[in-house]
Amino acid sequence: MAQTSELDVAYVAKLARLSLTGAETQLFQKQLGDVLKYAGKLREVDVSHVEAAAHAVPIFNVFREDEPRDWFTAEEALSNAPRKANGLFIVTKVVE
Amino acid sequence: MSRPDLPALTIAELQPLLRRREISPREVLDLLRARIEEVDGKIDAYLSIDFEAAAKEAEKADVDLPLGGVPIAIKDIISVAGQPCTCASKILRNYRAPYDATVIRRLRAAGAIPFGKTNMDEFAMGSSTENSSVKPTRNPWDLSRVPGGSSGGSAAAVAADAAFGALGTDTGGSIRQPAAISGIVGLKPTYGRNSRFGLVAFASSLDQAGPLTKTVRDSALIMNAIAGHDPQDSTCLNEPVPDYTAALGRDLRGIRLGLPKEYMLEGIDAQVKAAVDAAVAHLQSLGAEIVDVSLPHTEYAIAVYYIIATAEASANLARFDGVRYGHRAENPKDLLDHYGRTREEGFGAEVKRRIILGTYVLSSGYYDAYYLRAQKVRELIRQDFAQAFEKVDALVSPTSPVPAFKLGERTADPLQMYLADIFTNAANLAGICGISLPCGFAQMDGHRLPIGLQLLGKALDEARIFQIAHAYEQSTDWHKARPNL
Repeated sequence: MAQTSELDVAYVAKLARLSLTGAETQLFQKQLGDVLKYAGKLREVDVSHVEAAAHAVPIFNVFREDEPRDWFTAEEALSNAPRKANGLFIVTKVVE
Repeated sequence: MSRPDLPALTIAELQPLLRRREISPREVLDLLRARIEEVDGKIDAYLSIDFEAAAKEAEKADVDLPLGGVPIAIKDIISVAGQPCTCASKILRNYRAPYDATVIRRLRAAGAIPFGKTNMDEFAMGSSTENSSVKPTRNPWDLSRVPGGSSGGSAAAVAADAAFGALGTDTGGSIRQPAAISGIVGLKPTYGRNSRFGLVAFASSLDQAGPLTKTVRDSALIMNAIAGHDPQDSTCLNEPVPDYTAALGRDLRGIRLGLPKEYMLEGIDAQVKAAVDAAVAHLQSLGAEIVDVSLPHTEYAIAVYYIIATAEASANLARFDGVRYGHRAENPKDLLDHYGRTREEGFGAEVKRRIILGTYVLSSGYYDAYYLRAQKVRELIRQDFAQAFEKVDALVSPTSPVPAFKLGERTADPLQMYLADIFTNAANLAGICGISLPCGFAQMDGHRLPIGLQLLGKALDEARIFQIAHAYEQSTDWHKARPNL
């Protein structure tokens, strides 16, 4: 398992698209370092013969009929938009 | 009809009055409103209430339906059409849900009236409701203490008779722990028992919605309404829903209860331990057989939980990008600045911490070491429970190792706050069901603080833990105690 000192909060915050202040970065570095040190105890467990699983009651291949049904109107879909015009979301410029 | 004491009734006590037309749903709502106006300034359980919409529903409520005319409070992470759904976060401050969650649709079909949204830790991340961006909720038993969390608003409202019942969500104990330390009943259903459609997702493989109520019977009544298959949630189980009230009243002869030896921890408060020991002896006197069992991987549960829950949260919360809904930063200089500042301004400290941790454990080079390893240890935890349930019908433990703590007491050290989930996390990892119910009081600084008993049952065995919990509850008086507000 990786060493806890490898956590670089500033770098991970960029990956997460989350700006942090210098003070937050420093605080989280310490706090999450403690959490990862605690999580290090998982290294003790022999998992060599274990398959990862999630659901308590295994279920597979969940399908339903592919039938159209009523859903949002464009107006409803836009009802919470921070900026909108002409039935469209206005987004921040992505190309120069 | 004027009955100022009416909000103290349980749902099961209220129903016959409604059905005999001794009181109308509108009168019930008005009396509840008066109670909320009397006490909510002290406990701050609610984030928003729409009495006008609720009154309209009350006027046309069919009291002969299973929950006909009963107002139910809803944690502010569950979508109620037309109402705010803020998750107590700044990023959703102005958001209104465009549709009903499936559990809300089912509550309405059973005649219930979802009338208000309750406070919570932001995005359900916390164990004290102090991570709400709006305000902390206070414990009705001692206003200087927390009600638990993350469903702290729902728990405090029910405990203070400011709701007949409420829905919460439980990802690592967020229904059971606040129920325990606020002195009420809280059920975390089996993963997949209830639909998650319309819940704002925190950790999708762990989240379940469930009831917070004054009694076990009320919990069963709400589950009768909300449980069952939903094609809009592919993880929702297509299994029949029994009448959860049917097993209530059966005695405990032949029931085998397991005491996990790994749960005898040093850090348990002495008054909590004494109350739970007495509860176990009481269950034995009711006819249950007590069996020692082992859950060998218990000590890893919290580490596994905080890796998996934060990993899933970091992915789920990526949707809050300030494009389609929610807060958006002003005048971004480019797209990265738009995302970075929108999320910086919108999220609180605990949410940011968990996004960072979750992103890290999923990132290239660390995925196998943390996330994949945690998923494997999760499987070992699931197998621990499966083996224990070959020997016993249910497991018994404290719900929280300590009674309600003071506001501000634990906020500085996230790891200490995480350790409060020691008895509740594992049930979410294993996907099994669990209930917390009152089993006594601790005395602290001249206040009586409720203590919760947790019963864990195997997947889809809610009826069994209801039966055991009801037998205990009805032969004790803990559930009748009320805080002095």
